[in-house]
Amino acid sequence: MKRSKKLIAMLLAGGQGSRLLSLTTKVAKPAVSFGGKYRIIDFPLSNCTNSKIDTVGVLTQYQPLILNEYIGSGTPWDLDRTYGGVHILPPYQAKDSSAWYLGTANAIYQNINFIKNYNPEHVLILSGDHIYKMDYYDMLNYHIEKGADCTIATLEVTMEEASRFGIMNTDKNMKIDEFEEKPKVPKNNQASMGIYIFKTDKLIEYLEADNELDTNHDFGKDIIPTMLKNGEKLFAYPFKGYWKDVGTIESLWLANMDLLGDKPRFDLYDKSWKIYSRITGFTPQYIGESSYVDNSLISGGCYINGKVINSVIGSNVVIKSGAVVENCVIFNNVVIENNAEVFYSILDEDVKVGSGAIVGEKNAGSKKITVVGREYEVGKNQVIKSGQNIEKEGK
Amino acid sequence: MGALGIIFADGKFDQLGDLVKVRTEASIPFGGRYRIIDFTLSNFVNSDITDVGVITKRNYQSLMDHIGSGKEWDLSRKNGGIVIFPPFGNYRNDTIYQNTIQALYGLIGFIKKSKEDNIILTDCDSVNLINYTDVLSTHDKNDADITIVYRNVKKDEVKSDYLVLGLDKDNVSSAQFGIKNDVSAISISTYIIKKELLIDLLEVAINKGATSFDQEVIVNNIGKLNIKGYLYDGVYLGFDSIKSYYENNMSLLNEDVRKEVFYSMPLYTKVRDSAPTKYGSKSKVENSFIADGCIIEGTVKNSVLFRGVRVEKDAVVENSILMQDTLVSQGVSLNAVITDKNVIISANQSLSGSKKLPYYIGKNVTI
Repeated sequence: MKRSKKLIAMLLAGGQGSRLLSLTTKVAKPAVSFGGKYRIIDFPLSNCTNSKIDTVGVLTQYQPLILNEYIGSGTPWDLDRTYGGVHILPPYQAKDSSAWYLGTANAIYQNINFIKNYNPEHVLILSGDHIYKMDYYDMLNYHIEKGADCTIATLEVTMEEASRFGIMNTDKNMKIDEFEEKPKVPKNNQASMGIYIFKTDKLIEYLEADNELDTNHDFGKDIIPTMLKNGEKLFAYPFKGYWKDVGTIESLWLANMDLLGDKPRFDLYDKSWKIYSRITGFTPQYIGESSYVDNSLISGGCYINGKVINSVIGSNVVIKSGAVVENCVIFNNVVIENNAEVFYSILDEDVKVGSGAIVGEKNAGSKKITVVGREYEVGKNQVIKSGQNIEKEGK
Repeated sequence: MGALGIIFADGKFDQLGDLVKVRTEASIPFGGRYRIIDFTLSNFVNSDITDVGVITKRNYQSLMDHIGSGKEWDLSRKNGGIVIFPPFGNYRNDTIYQNTIQALYGLIGFIKKSKEDNIILTDCDSVNLINYTDVLSTHDKNDADITIVYRNVKKDEVKSDYLVLGLDKDNVSSAQFGIKNDVSAISISTYIIKKELLIDLLEVAINKGATSFDQEVIVNNIGKLNIKGYLYDGVYLGFDSIKSYYENNMSLLNEDVRKEVFYSMPLYTKVRDSAPTKYGSKSKVENSFIADGCIIEGTVKNSVLFRGVRVEKDAVVENSILMQDTLVSQGVSLNAVITDKNVIISANQSLSGSKKLPYYIGKNVTI
C-alpha cells in the first residue's frame, strides 16, 4: 500500500532563456551559474529541501544534458529518496503520441501519470529560474485554510514593471476576482510569481480540458483565466521578500551584485535557509601576495593573485597577478592571465582571457554588460567592447 | 589483485597534546577542510581498495560523523565499503583493546571473511600519496610475506620511536627503534601482509600475550620471513606535535606543495554546503589559504582558514591557523595562533605565539 503525499512539486526547467544570449546556447536557463558556485535551479530546489518537500519532478526540454547531469539522483538537495525524490521528466514518446512540451500547462499535462503515481492532495508548480527563499509549506497551509482550488503566490512590483507580469485583483480576503496576463495598462501592481498550488483533482480536470482545445497551453494565459471564469476558488498568497527573475543579462548581473556588500539584499549565509548545490570547487582558495580583493565573493578552488573588486567569482577560477576584475560575474574554471582587465562582464564557464586583453569597459554600467560564452578564448591583448555577446564557434 | 585495508585511526595520540584530546588522530583537521583520514581513504580508493576497516579507540564519534556511510569516498558499497570498528573486540568478552595486537585480533573475523590475499595495515598519522597499486604489485612480484613502506630521513630527524630499517637492496635485514644512521629508512607504519600469514601471526601473538604489533609481527620475524621494503619518496607530512601540525598546514601556502598535495590525484572528503567566501570592502588578504563559508572583513596574512571562519573589522590575523567556525571579533590581533573549532576570541584582544611554538586554543573555548 503506497503512502499518498500531501504535496509534490513540479518544477518547470525546460525553457531556453534566450534573453541570456550565449549563456544559454548550450545549457537550459536553470543550469546557468549564479552566486559563484551555484546554479539558478539550486534556489527553487533548496526551497523544496528546506520546505521538506521530498518529491520533485523537474521538467526539462531545452538543452537538458548539463542540467540532468547536475541534478543526478538529487543527493545534494537531500532528494535521493526511496519513495519520492527528484525525477527528471523530459518529453517522451508514448504509445499514442509524442510531442515536445507545448506550453507550461501542456508540460504538466504530459506528466499527469507521474503526479498520479504519488497521489498527492496538492501540486506545487514552480519555475526553475527565479532567485528567492520561500517556505512552500507556509503557502500550502494558507491554501488549505482558504479552501482554495488554486493559490497563486504574488509579489508587489513597481507599476512600470507591472505590464510584464500576470496582474490580479483581489478582494479583502485575498480571493482573486480578476486576472490579466501582461496587461498594457495594469490595474494594480500585484503580480503573479508563477508559483501555484493546485488541488490535484482540479489541476487534472483543467489540464485535461485544456488539452482538447487549441490554446497556448499556458497556466497564465489559459488555465488560470478559465478557472476564474468558471468560478473556481482562486486566492492570492502575498509573498514578502527578495525575488528576482534572472531572465535577462542585466537582471542576472544585478542579482549577483545583490549578494555583495555589508548587508546584501540576498543573504547566502542564512543558517536557517541553506542553499544546497552539487560541489565543484573542492580545495580551499589561495589568495596570493599580489592580490587585492574587495567586496567580492570567491568560491572554492580559486587561485587569486590579481585585483578582484565588486565581483562574484565561481569555482576553480584563476586570476593571475596584474589582472583586474571589476564589477564582474565569473563562472567556473575561468582563467584570466596576467595584466588582463575585465570590467562589467559575465564570463561563462571555461573561458580563457589572454594576457593583456581588455574585456568590457571600466564605467560600462549594468545596461552594457559584456557576455563571453562558454569556452571562448580571448586572445592576448584582444579588446572586447562593452555590451557585446561573444560566442565560441562550432559545436 | 586487491587488498583489504585496515586503518589504525588512533595510534600515537599521546604526542599531539590537545589536538587529539577531543578527536582521533585520523580526524585531525588539515588544509582548510580535510582530515588526515581523507588522504588515507583517497589513496585506497584511487588504488581500487574499497574494502576498508577502521580501528578506533577514543573520541571516535566525530570520525563516525565525518565518514558516515562512506559515500563521499565512494566507499558506500554493496560489496565491501568502509566499516568503522568501535574498540570492543570479540577478544575476551568485549573489553576495550589494550594494545595493537588485541585491536587487530578483534577484527579477526573481518579479516578471515575477506576474499583478498593481502591485508594493508596503516596508521593514520600522516598526509601522504602512497600509490597502493604500485606497492601491491611490487609486493606480489617479490612474493613478499610482508612489505614495509618506508621513507628516507636525515640522521637528526630520527626519533626514538621510529622503526629504522636496515636494507639490503629491498630486503629488510634489520629493524630497530631509534637508531641513527646517516640516511635512515623509517617505516611509515604502512605494511602489506599476506592474509593467511597475518591470521597465523595474530593467533600466536594473542596466545603469547604479546602487546606490540611492530615488535611481534615485524621485528621478531626479520630473517625468518620474506620481508621487503618499499621506498615512498612522495609528499609526506607527519603529524606528531603541535609544531608539525602548524608547519604542515603552513606548507600549503607554497604553490608547489599545494599542487602536489591537492592536485596529483583525486582527493575525497565530506561535503559541507557552505556559501562562497565573502571579502568585505575593508578586508585585506595576502598569501593565505582560505576555505569556503568564511566572512572576512579584517586583515588576514600568511594564514590558513578553515570553513566558516569569521574575521571581523579591524581584526588582524597573521601566521595563524584558524579551524572551522572560529570567530575573530573586531579589533582582535592574532599572530602564530592555532584555534580549534568554534573558538571565539572576543573583541580587541591580542594573542601571540611564535612560529616555533604557536599558541594553541582548544575546541569550543571562548576567550
